[in-house]
This record gives sequence, structure tokens and C-alpha cells, in this order.
Amino acid sequence: MTFEIPEETHAGKVMEVTLGATPDQGGTRSHTVKIGGSTSSPFHFFEGEHPHSPVVAMEVFDQVPAKYPDFLRNYCRDVIDQPAAMAKKCVAEYGAELISVRLEGTHPEKGNRSVEEAAEIVKHVLESVSVPIIVTGHSHFEKNNEVMKKVCEVSAGENCLINYVETDNYKTIAAACLAYKHTLVAQSPIDVNLAKQLNILLTEMNFPAEKIVMDPLTGTLGYGLEYTYSIMERIRNDGLAGDKMLAFPMLINPGYETFRVKETRAAEKDYPEWGDLEARGIYWEISTSMSLLVAGAELLIMYHPQAVDAVKKKIKEMFVPKKGN
Amino acid sequence: MALSGLDIFKLLPKTNCGDCGVPTCMAFAMKLAQKKAELSECPHASEEAKATLGAASEPPIRLVKIGGQSSLEVGNETVMFRHEKTFYHPTGIAIELRASEGQEKLLPKIKEIEKHKVERVGEELKTDLFFVTQDSQDKKDFLGAINLVKQNSAKGIILYCQDRATLKEALGLLKDDRPAIFLQKELEDADIELAKTNQASLILTAESFEELAAQTEKARSAGLNDLLLNLESKGVGHHLLHNTILRRSALKKNFKPFGYPLFSRIQIKDDFELAANASIFLCKYDSVIVLPRYDKALLYALFTLRQNIYTDPQKPIQVDPKVYPIGDPTPESPVFVTTNFSLTYFIVSGEIENSGLSAHLVVTDTEGQSVLTAWAAGKFVGEKVAKFIKDIKFEQQVKTRKIVIPGFASQISGDLEEHLPGWEVIVGCQEASDIPSFVKKVKLT
Ligand code: B12
Ligand code: SF4
Repeated sequence: MTFEIPEETHAGKVMEVTLGATPDQGGTRSHTVKIGGSTSSPFHFFEGEHPHSPVVAMEVFDQVPAKYPDFLRNYCRDVIDQPAAMAKKCVAEYGAELISVRLEGTHPEKGNRSVEEAAEIVKHVLESVSVPIIVTGHSHFEKNNEVMKKVCEVSAGENCLINYVETDNYKTIAAACLAYKHTLVAQSPIDVNLAKQLNILLTEMNFPAEKIVMDPLTGTLGYGLEYTYSIMERIRNDGLAGDKMLAFPMLINPGYETFRVKETRAAEKDYPEWGDLEARGIYWEISTSMSLLVAGAELLIMYHPQAVDAVKKKIKEMFVPKKGN
Repeated sequence: MALSGLDIFKLLPKTNCGDCGVPTCMAFAMKLAQKKAELSECPHASEEAKATLGAASEPPIRLVKIGGQSSLEVGNETVMFRHEKTFYHPTGIAIELRASEGQEKLLPKIKEIEKHKVERVGEELKTDLFFVTQDSQDKKDFLGAINLVKQNSAKGIILYCQDRATLKEALGLLKDDRPAIFLQKELEDADIELAKTNQASLILTAESFEELAAQTEKARSAGLNDLLLNLESKGVGHHLLHNTILRRSALKKNFKPFGYPLFSRIQIKDDFELAANASIFLCKYDSVIVLPRYDKALLYALFTLRQNIYTDPQKPIQVDPKVYPIGDPTPESPVFVTTNFSLTYFIVSGEIENSGLSAHLVVTDTEGQSVLTAWAAGKFVGEKVAKFIKDIKFEQQVKTRKIVIPGFASQISGDLEEHLPGWEVIVGCQEASDIPSFVKKVKLT
């Protein structure tokens, strides 16, 4: 029997999205980061183009999450309460390719920090690092809208990735992104149709398609990962098959989702069969990240420096733009 | 690939003799197509018909068994993506044991691995196989290691030994144990003989698709079909491509030489890169992976990933909606309520148990959805929870008139009180892991 590599070609292509803006593009970043552009399944170099490799961002906080594990603090104890300094450390020491600034502390029930404070933090982070940045909000619509409007304004021209809008709350933030030239995350709860619908709504208000990143919603390992995994594969397959409203690069949150579940918090002495706590946490984040990478993730917001390191190495190793063996 | 009734009819004698029990060959062909009859019922079928129909009824990826009593079954997968149907046979996880470590070191290790289990969502998760490597000068070390595994474990064994004479002796120790042989060199007739006479499966290794196909053809034509495939790769990227191409060839092109489960021995030193590789291989088509060492934390992550990837995407794992006793509850014991998503149920019942309380846990029917999902879908709302409690006549079974709801479902509290007159609703903590401290602070009865 003669063997032939069974190639599958596709009509569609994942949208290419640029994050950040250099001085000649109206921003102050030293470089931009591009994601998307693929014409075949994730890492399937033998049957398509993959012009850009997936990237890893790390996250800093206006207010450290209540469940942030102690072993993670050890990597940034000195700077954890100073988002700008922490951002710098994540880029310089831990190899973060982008920085996400999480503004959960502005949530009325989680600190209720002011809009101005939030905008200041974003400005400081932009000054302290030269990589493109992501600004991550929360689910309290009214407050989040105010915060994001202001953030968009003070970072005008930087082409930040504004994270996120959902179907019940997209107009205000999308308009601010349009006005101040930012890119937008469209989040939907693990559902192909909802994801598509939101992208249609956005493009119908003339939001440029090349400025949309999708967040299919991350369930971490053991907490809904299988749903996220399969929805991502379906979204990517449909996008490649030609459905333009599903052909956007995808963002996931392995860090935030992983380091709040019991498996990354319970001590080994209470659960001896679970093994060492910190190693377990790192493995948990790596497994979540790697499985979702092969399902189609292109932008990962991660927490543990050692997980970041391993995942970045593997992305490089998986990026084999040559045919055959 | 399935044949139609007409395809099958063409292969039959067309004499309508009736010896098969139905009046015509056509009728018999229809029964065969519907799998309601077997070809052997026609005494006149030609050799060609037997060969073609036999091949057509073979699954595109063969089911291979490794191990004696508690054998592992791998292969027989039918889809590329789990959402297309489901993945059926979870990846077997093997731990490598090196003969050179010596029996003194190996014994406690084997015992510990054998004992190691994790409970998750009501399932018992454990490793499946031992991979025993002959890397010592003395063959006694290898044979000794195999004996240790045999005496202390029911798990299946994969043998890796370059010397055929020693391998033969090792196989002699594993008469009814259906071991697998890891062959890391060109396949020879003697290897096939050895596998066949010892009911072992063979793991074939090659550096290219063509070489691998040539080897499987050779084994198949010699009548050895219990094979696993190991296509060597330069890195994790190539491995992913190789596995995709092998699986796709088998499923989509019906390319028989690749219709076998895939195998990978991971030899990475760095713990975290090891975790990354193993995770990809679990998702993308390896049916057996060998880990170079035993690490409980790593295994827990991999077990969980395997459980996630291999659950049936059409139906969430769920438990029966009913009242579950935790400890020894009396009619005065506290009452908690949650959903019937297995994950939710097992986490919550486990944490109530951890708190030391005896309690009633009311598990309502949310069609297997978690608390927030079910709430968002209107399946975990006051009216429905109340109706469930009334329908099962729970009020007649307990004297308690307080009920603790999940913190994430605090919104349903008013509605629930309204539909459940006489009860007081207590909004619990959000995370189940806080239940032990929550129950100390709040009066529950
Ligand atoms: C996986 C998932 C799904 C899966 C379903 C999984 C399942 N079998 O339930 C799918 C993809 C099908 C799904 C669908 C939907 N989902 Co969904 N989903 C998730 C996800 C990622 C994880 C859920 C999970 O498994 N959690 C783990 C279990 C164990 O958690 P749990 O049941 O809440 O239990 C915990 C606590 O509540 C507590 N607890 C439980 N019981 C009790 C009892 C007591 C007494 C106490 C004290 C504590 C306690 O203990 C547990 C551990 O701490 C979450 C987001 C996230 N990251 O959490 C979104 C999420 C729950 N989904 C959401 C939504 C909106 C939906 C949809 C409505 C979307 C849609 N319109 O299609 C649908 C609804 C389904 C439908 N229409 O039929 C929202 C809910 C938002 C909200 N609060 O309103 C979430 C939060 C995502 C989001 N941020 O938007 N979803
Ligand atoms: S026994 Fe065979 S030849 Fe005779 S009728 Fe049946 S199928 Fe036809």
C-alpha cells in the first residue's frame, strides 16, 4: 500500500489581529504582537499557513485576588501591590509577551476603586513596559463601562486589548474602542452560537473585524475544561470552513481560572495522594494551557512563571513551519 | 468502512439456496448489512467474500488489550474530534521502571504506585501499566523486576529489552498476562514469532510513515494484529502532526497499516515540559503514554485531563436527583441543597463530610448542570427547587426547617422561601471548600 499524507485544505482563514501600536502607529509600544492568520487546524503546518505563533501574557492586579496562592506570591512579593513594577518584572524576568492589567478592584463588591485610580494604573503600566497591554475588567456592567471608557481614553492610540464585552453589554465599550483605536475581546459562555451572535452584533455596529479577539470562556482542568476544549475546536473548525463570524483568534485565561480551584490550594498533608502543592498548581496551569492550545488558543493569560516558561518553550517547539517528518 | 446490502449481495453465490435460513441471497445480504446475521451462516460463501467482509467489519482502529486480569483496552476510536461523537478508550498511563535500579529500590516504588489512587467525580483514577526497561548488565535484574511487578501488582506490563533471548525468558514469566513488547528496532520475523507464541502485542517503532507502514504490513500478513504504533518524532510539534496524520489516515482513508492505537514513551528530564508533552499526547491521540517517573502531582493533573477529554460530550456526568445522607443524619440534622452535576455533587458532599457534620444533601434535577450554569439556564430556581422538595415528600422526612443554598445562587433565596412556606433559607458560602468553616459560624438548624 502506498502512503500519502491526507491533507485537508480549508476555505477560511483566521483573522489576523494586531495588538499594541508603535510610535509611528500612534502608540508608544516598542513593537506590536500579531496573532491569528492561520489557514489550518492549530499547529497543522503540513496543510496550511500559520504566520504567527501563540503568545503568553501575564497578569497584574489593581487588587490581588483573594484566592491568589501564597506560593505564587513568592515570585513577586516585593511588587505584587504595585502593578507597574510587577508588570516590569513579569516582562523582564518571566518572559511575558504581553501584560494584562486586571481591574477587578473597581467592582463595587470587591473594593469599589475609582475610575480615576484604574486609569492611573493603566497609564503607569504603559509607562513601565513596552509590550502591548490587555486591560481586563469584570461583570458589573455599569461600573465596568465607566472604567473601560476612561481606560480607553487615557490610553488612546495604544491599541490595547480591551477585555471584555458580552452580548448584554457591548455597545459602550465597543464605541470607546472605536473612538480611541483599541482592540476588543468578545466573550461568550462556551457556546458557538452565542459567540457568533456577539461577533455579528459587533460588526453590525461597524466594529472592524480585524480588531476582534474571541474569548470562549475558560473552564480550568477538572472544572469544565472539556466544554471549553470542544467549543474551541468547533469554533476553529467552523471558522476554517469559511464562517467569517467565527474566524477570530481566541484568548483564554488559564491563570485566573486555575489558581482559585481547590486543587491548586489544598495542602499535600490534607490530600497526600494529590502530591506537592506548588508543583500541582504548575502542572494544573500547564495542562489547561497545553490542551487549549491544541484546541485553538492563541493568546494565553497565565500566572505561574514556571508554567509560563514551560508553555513558551513548547509553543516554540510546536512551531515547525516545515512539511513532512 | 460499512458495506451496503447491495455491495454484500454482489459477493454472495446468488443461488438462493436458502441454507442460511432466509429464502434469497439478497435477503441474507440485507441481514448482514444490518448486522443481524453473520457470514458464517452461509455455507457457500467464497474466500473472497470472507476476506472482504471480514476486513469491512474490522474497526478502523483496532482494539488492543494489554495485561492479564485487569487488562487495559485501547484503540477502537472512531473520530478525530471528541465533539463529533466521543473518545472511547482513555489513554493508558504507564510508569517506567529501570532494571538497573535494583530490586531493593524497585519494590517499595512498585508497591506505592500500585497503591496510588485518586478519587475524582466518583471515579477511581490510577495508572494502568508498568514499562520495564532492561538497562543493566545482568539479565537477572530485568527478570527480577518483572517478577516484582507480577507479585505486587495487577497492572499490565510493557517489556523493553534489546536482547531477544532475555526477552524470551521474560515472556516466559508472563504466560497469561498479555504483555506488550516495545520494539525499538527494525521488525524481524523472530519478533513476530515471539509475540505470537506468547500472546503479546508488539509496539512498532519507525522513523517515517513509509517504514512504519511497511512494518505493520509485515506483521499483519504474518497474522499478528495486536500492534501499537510508535512513530519517532523530533519534538512535540512533529509528534502532534504525526499522530494527526496517522489517525486521519486510519479513520478517513481507511489506510489499514495505520489502523492501530498510538504509543509514546516520554523521556523528558524537566518536570514541567514533561507535563506539557504528556498533556498534548493525551488530547491528540496517544493511546498509551509512558512517563519516566512517578510523580503524584503530575499524575493528578494528567488523570483529570484524561477524565475530561474522554467523557462523553453528549451527556454530562450526573448523579440521581434525590436526597443523599451524609454521615448518619437524623430528622433534626441540617439540610443542604445543590445540583445533580456529578462534579458539583461530589465536591459538595465531600466538603460537608470534611466538616464532620451529619446532614441531608438534597440534589435537585438540573440535567447535570453546575450551580451557576443551571441557574443561568433557569433549572436551579426557587420554584423548581421547592417543587422537587415537595414532590419527593422531603418535608415529611425531616423536622429541620432551614435549608442551606449555594452562595453563588443567593439570588434564588427569596423565591425559594416564597415557594417553600415554613422554611428559612440560609445563603451558604460560595466555594464548597469554605463549607467546613461556614458551618462553624452559622446556625444551621
Ligand atoms: C462548564 C460550563 C458550562 C457547560 C455546562 C457544565 C455543566 N455540566 O454544568 C456548558 C458549556 C454546557 C455551559 C452552558 C451554559 N452556561 Co456555563 N459555564 C461553565 C463554567 C466554565 C464552569 C462551570 C462548572 O463546571 N463549575 C464547577 C462546579 C463544581 O461549580 P458549581 O456547581 O458552581 O459548584 C461550586 C459552588 O457553587 C459550590 N456549591 C455547589 N453547591 C453548593 C451547595 C452549597 C450548600 C454550598 C454552600 C456551596 C455549593 O461548590 C462548588 C465548588 O466550589 C462556568 C464558568 C466558570 N469558570 O466557572 C460557566 C457559567 C456557569 N456558565 C454561564 C452561562 C451564562 C451559561 C449558559 C446560560 C450560556 C448559554 N446561554 O448558553 C449555558 C446554560 C446551559 C443551557 N442553556 O442549558 C455563566 C453563568 C453566569 C451567571 N452567573 O449568570 C458562567 C459563570 C460563565 C460566565 N461567566 O458567563 N456552561
Ligand atoms: S446460504 Fe448463501 S447461497 Fe444460499 S441463499 Fe443464503 S446466502 Fe445465498
